[in-house]
Amino acid sequence: MYRQGSRLLMRATAADGARLRVTAGSRPASQAFSTEVTEAPAVDSSFLEAWKKAAPNIDPPKTPLAFMKPRPPTPSSIPSKLTLNFVLPYQSEISNKEVDMAIIPATTGQMGVLPGHVATIAELKPGVLSVHEGNEVTKYFVSSGFAFIHANSYADIVAVEAVSLDRIDPSLVQKGLADFTQKLNSAVTDLEKAEAQVGVEVHSALNAALTG
Amino acid sequence: MATAAGSSSAAVPFWRAAGMTYITYSNICASLVRGCLKEPYKSEAASREKVHFAVTKWVSGKPEKPTIRSDSPED
Repeated sequence: MYRQGSRLLMRATAADGARLRVTAGSRPASQAFSTEVTEAPAVDSSFLEAWKKAAPNIDPPKTPLAFMKPRPPTPSSIPSKLTLNFVLPYQSEISNKEVDMAIIPATTGQMGVLPGHVATIAELKPGVLSVHEGNEVTKYFVSSGFAFIHANSYADIVAVEAVSLDRIDPSLVQKGLADFTQKLNSAVTDLEKAEAQVGVEVHSALNAALTG
Repeated sequence: MATAAGSSSAAVPFWRAAGMTYITYSNICASLVRGCLKEPYKSEAASREKVHFAVTKWVSGKPEKPTIRSDSPED
């Protein structure tokens, strides 16, 4: 199988290099965006032929690619719905749900994700995630995490902790905000300051979520 | 962290500049959010904070007696 290794590498770079030279022109093949690279085929035909010649009576081994489900294709026209997956470490909140829009609390600000959104990876800050489906809006307060938006209008959001807004206790939020603001003023080392600032950031976001 | 995280030209978040890793930051955010929940959700969430593992040190190819490390808000 390793004898085929160099052929596989060459094939991948050559094919993308030819395609990209026609379109972008400035980007070398090795720097293609992951969304532009064509998917590797699950079955390598020349490897199979070589195997059959070398060991015709033994079944050829399956490669990891053969076990993987194929990537859902990027449709040519923009789909009407966004397929959302929202998971936490201990449970799956939303699984393959078709929604109209999701507003995610990215570090760069509230980001609205509609079907046909450009492929993006966004780091989340503590804030409110709202999922819009028809006339209903479901809101979650997310502690932190990441959102992966794929070119085919699939979005995967992963968070460490997410709660619906009615489970948050406003008095604890106010108390926490006051505590951490005070700690921030009295902090000495860099690490203490950073921890206090994280506390202030999280509690202000919780406060804004409850009042906004 | 030998070099200051802000020594390159890229902007770093304040917690990275102070020497905190992303995982530490994320865990602190999560535990702060859990601390602001109403009962009974708060006690359900407290169980997610528990960390329990056994550490076995190996010396000269032989394992020593494992120590149990349990890190939870109660202990």
